[in-house]
Formats: sequence, structure tokens, C-alpha cells
Amino acid sequence: MPVFSYREAIRHALAEELERDQNVVVMGEEVAQFNGAYKVTEGLLAKFGPQRIVDTPISEAGFIGVGVGASMLGIRPVMELMFWSFYSVAFDQILNNAANVRYMSGGLINCPIVIRGPANGGTNVGATHSHTPENVLANHPGVKVVVPSTPADAKGLLKSAIRDNDPVFFLENTILYGDKGEIPEGEHIVPLGKADVKRVGTDLTIVTYGRSVHHSLRAAELLEKEHDVSVEIVDLRTIRPLDIDTVLASVAKTHRVLIVEEQKPFASVGSQLAFMIQKEAFDELDAPINRLATIDAPAIYSPPVEVEQLPNPQRVLKAALETLA
Amino acid sequence: MSKKTSTTAEKKADDSVKSADHGRAPVNARLSNDEKIELYRKMVRIRRFEERSLRAYQGKKIGGFLHLYIGQEAVAVACCSLMGKDDHIITAYRDHGHAMAVGMDTKALMAELYGKATGCSKGKGGSMHYFAPDKNYWGGHGIVGGQIPLGAGLAYGIKYKGLLGAAMAFMGDGAVNQGAVHESYNLAALWKLPVVFVIENNGYSMGTSQARSSSGDLARRAEGYHMDWGQCEGHDVYEVRATMDKFLRAARENSTPSIVEIRTYRYRGHSVADPDNTYRSKDEIEEYRRTKDPIQVFQTILVAEGVLNDAIIAEIDQAARAEADIAADFAEASPYPTAEDIQKDVYWETDNPSERKSQGRLFFE
Repeated sequence: MPVFSYREAIRHALAEELERDQNVVVMGEEVAQFNGAYKVTEGLLAKFGPQRIVDTPISEAGFIGVGVGASMLGIRPVMELMFWSFYSVAFDQILNNAANVRYMSGGLINCPIVIRGPANGGTNVGATHSHTPENVLANHPGVKVVVPSTPADAKGLLKSAIRDNDPVFFLENTILYGDKGEIPEGEHIVPLGKADVKRVGTDLTIVTYGRSVHHSLRAAELLEKEHDVSVEIVDLRTIRPLDIDTVLASVAKTHRVLIVEEQKPFASVGSQLAFMIQKEAFDELDAPINRLATIDAPAIYSPPVEVEQLPNPQRVLKAALETLA
Repeated sequence: MSKKTSTTAEKKADDSVKSADHGRAPVNARLSNDEKIELYRKMVRIRRFEERSLRAYQGKKIGGFLHLYIGQEAVAVACCSLMGKDDHIITAYRDHGHAMAVGMDTKALMAELYGKATGCSKGKGGSMHYFAPDKNYWGGHGIVGGQIPLGAGLAYGIKYKGLLGAAMAFMGDGAVNQGAVHESYNLAALWKLPVVFVIENNGYSMGTSQARSSSGDLARRAEGYHMDWGQCEGHDVYEVRATMDKFLRAARENSTPSIVEIRTYRYRGHSVADPDNTYRSKDEIEEYRRTKDPIQVFQTILVAEGVLNDAIIAEIDQAARAEADIAADFAEASPYPTAEDIQKDVYWETDNPSERKSQGRLFFE
């Protein structure tokens, strides 16, 4: 199987969908002439031209709103936010307009927009640029939220997102852009709402997504080698819709759960997961559901300390041992 | 009476232009008598509908807010009368007039106010959220200024598809200080989007007068973005049509965006809940009603033209009152949506289950 980076995987998904559907437009800050702030869109302007690959000013409320309006007329805009952290200046467009317009029109309007960009900490850019808003986004019925962890998932999920008729918010990770992985040749589609068991195990289920999947995989190796513990890792891939069935099946096998998320803990994705697991699999649990989240404070700048604020393999390992105790 | 309809900032206002002159503008001169009567009828229908809705509100049949358009009818009717098949509109929460101007059915509009399943949004949107995509009417939006980027987006879609249409993005005078509006101005000018931003200036953003909320001329802000702009009086259907026709043509034919400020007045409070006695006088309202009521002004013009007479005027009024009553009766008799309906119309996918491609749960407890 050919190997591509996470960045290339996203670019290939964009190029294939631009090729397939004339209504797909890529729009955002520095996406065209600059070839993308993270080079995700590199080469797309040369291939598809300025009508399809559109540079915007730094004006998120304006251009996201333009995307929402255009999508109501059948354009399928794929908007790049240079950081998902900037969603706050376009909040009204994203979560009042895109999320609600179908409902408020009694189903007369749909809004097939994709908003994508990185949402992660760990790059020492301080609190304003390190938000992980998947919980905030997923709190709004009407939207879909995707957080891919591997190149193959990023490609297959983005293609599904672009073809989806509901607004899809696609949260990438700057630290993963250079990661490489195998991607099946030809048309590669991953449906939204389908979790993936990234590691099979019997003693503990780690439910996670995004970059935390990689921390969890590393911790699982250490747990196996040093503690003789077999860990199963469920990568949610999509937050909403949520594949809770795959989570529950794993819990029924291992009877112990650790949730790992790059989220502030209060009202996080993990909070919702923990509620659902206890509600639907209470009798399967041999221990309280545990959770490892980002340490609850704005993102710290100090580079070595930020590593400790976020989930990392050692923190996951420690939390896993607590869960198993 | 100031009459500024120029497309360039340099031209001075021409105070000498009278309504009769606007009547001779080509876009008005070519109107048939029937078309003129229809414009008049639409204004009367809007007013009677809203008066009826106010009675229903006072009778506790309608919840939430009710932002009445009474006094402003000539604006929506004139603007929407210029729409061709590729023209689109979007507006804010004072949206009943625009909805009727594009031809939405009053039974569905009244039922929406009553929160009934037969409402135009199935009782899910309410007064502020009327939509009719089949009539190129994209709402009905509740957040001040929040619809303006969407209006620019409609223009983007029109241009991307290569259609010779224009978008009209309506807002009130209170919206002009919102950041999203200015971002939209910039994008429209930068990308040459075929959009006319229409400021319906009724003088008050809720209870705050223009003088207390906005610095400078509202439409003149276009100059900062190298956009064309204009102003006109909103009580005269002919004047609004003559003004808007120019800007809409420029948008359709040359993809030229613009801002047009239309001066108008609302007789009722910001919403029905507004006591309306802290920021303006009854005399001010009465003075406007006496001298500039848009229905009365157009009636006088059309009588002078020999288009209307007492019999037709009476027939139109009677029919409009009857239509409003029928709409209210329909709304009253209609069922409410059910609890099961709450989770419908949230996702396209769940409403089209045979075409669903995603998996997993979309709704949570």
C-alpha cells in the first residue's frame, strides 16, 4: 500500500473531490497563492485555478458566512480555518447559522459546508491558538464533528465530509501533518460515525481520538511490555455522529474504561462518553470509568510544561494503571 | 425631502425630485395598471396581516417576539417587485413583509406565528425565521447583522454559477455597526459580488436612535470599501423601485456591489414587547403616519393617476382583512407539532434515511 503523510492525505482528498464535483470550492486564508499555511493545499491553485481555490482576507466571520450562504445555493465550500481556535470570531456564523438554518426552516434548507483546520495544543503557541472545540461544536445538534488520527482516516473521512449534506466540522492536528501511514489505493472512503479499533486487547479499553490515539498506542506498548496488560484502543474518529456501539462492545470485553482526550475536562467529549457508558453498560464495569484529559487551565506556553499539560504516553500509562488497580 | 439616488458619492442630493418624477422612471413607467394595483394590494395585505397577528399576540396565541413591519411596507414590496428568477433575498427578524412580498402564503405564515405544524417552518422557526427557498427567500434571521455574510454568500453562489442575478441583503440601521456586516462589505467589494446591501433605516435600533448609535452616514461607509452607494426615501414605492433598479442592474450586469440606505419608519415598537414610550414621542409617530404613510402615499398617487378609485380601494382592504382572518382561522385550527417532531429537520441525513451514509448515533439523551 502506498504511504502518504497526513497532510498529503488531506490534500489528496481535496483534489479528488474538487475533480469529482464542480461545486466543491476550497476557501480560506493563504490556501491558494501561499500554498496553505501548513502546505495542506499546496499545488491546488495551479491545478484548479483561482475560481475553485480562493484566498480570503483575515475575516473569519465574513468568509465562513459567505460559505454558509453559498452552500444554501448548492455550492459545497470547504473552508479552511488556519486554526480552529479562530472559530470564536465566527461563532455566530458557524453555530447560529450553519447549525440551525435547516431546523429553523423546517427542513427546507440544507447547508453542505465543511470547515476544516487544525485544533490542537502542543505547539507552544499559548492559550489563544490551542483550543480543541470538538465538545463545543458537538454540543450543537445539526452539525457533525470529525477528528481523524491517521493519514488513511483523514483522507477517507474528509471525502465523506465533503459529500455530506449537513455541515461537517473537521478538526485536524498540526503535529500530525507530517505523520506517514498507508492509504489504500483508489477510492478510499471512511464513513462518518464509525469508530476504529486501533489495537485489540482484553484488560482495558482506552476510548480516544485524534492525537491522543498515538499517545495511547505508545502507552499500550509499555503496559504490555512492562506490566503484562493487554489494552484495546477504540479510536472514535467521529465525535458526532458517535459510534457508541463499538465502545460498548469493547467495554463488554474488558470491563474497564479509560477515556483519553485532548480536552479540558469540564463538559468535555469524555464527560458525554462516561455518561453513556455508565448508562448503557453499568453491569459490565468492574471499576469506575476513568478519564485522562488536558490539565484544567488555559494552554500554557512554556514548551516542556505544555507537554505535561496535555495527554502524553506517561500520563496515559499512569491513568491506565489507576484504572486497573 | 432629501432625494439622493446617485450611484456615486460626489453627486449632490437633488431635492427637487418629486414622486411624479420617480413615477416616470423607466422601471415605473412600464408598470401596467394591474401591476400598480398589485403593488398597492401587497402593502395593504402586509399591514392587515400584521394587524391581525398583533391581535393574536395580544390574545396570547403567539409566543416570543413579534417584530412588526407596519410603516415600512413600501420597502419590501418595492424591492421584491424587482426580483427576477436569479435574484435572491435575505433579511433579519423583521421579516413578515419580505415574506409576503416574495409571495409566501399567509396561512402558513400565520400558522408559523402560532407555532403550528402547518407553519412555513413547521412551527420550528417562529416570527423571526421565515424561509422560502423556492421563492429565493433565505430568511428571516434572528441575530442582528448575522445574515449579511450569508447574503454575500448568496451573491457568491450566483456568481460562481454564472447566473445574471443579484442578492439583496437587508438589514436594519442597528446592524450597520456589527463586525460581520463590515467583513461582508469588504468581501463583496474585494470579490465584486453581485449584492445590494439594503439598510432599512427606521431611525431606531430597538430604543436607541441613529444619532445615539452610529457615527456618520450609514450608506456612505461604502466609500471606505470603494463601493457604490445610494439613499432614498422608503415611503414611496416608486422612489424605492427607481433607486433599487439602478443598483440591482449594476449588480446583475457588472457584478457591482453597493449599499443602499432606505429611510423608513416603524409605527410599532421594536417588538410588541417594547413599551415604545422611552425614546420617541407619539407626535413623531403621528406626524410620519399623517404625511408619509406608504400605503396612503401610494393610494393618493394611484388615485391621481386614475388607477385606483374608492371601490377598488375598499375591495382591496376588505379582501386583505378577510385574508388575514382566514389565515388566523387556519392557524387556530391547525395542530401543533408533536414531541416526535422535535428531532426532525435537524439533519438532512436523518430526514432522508434511505440516503444516509454516516453511521452511529446523531442524537443523545
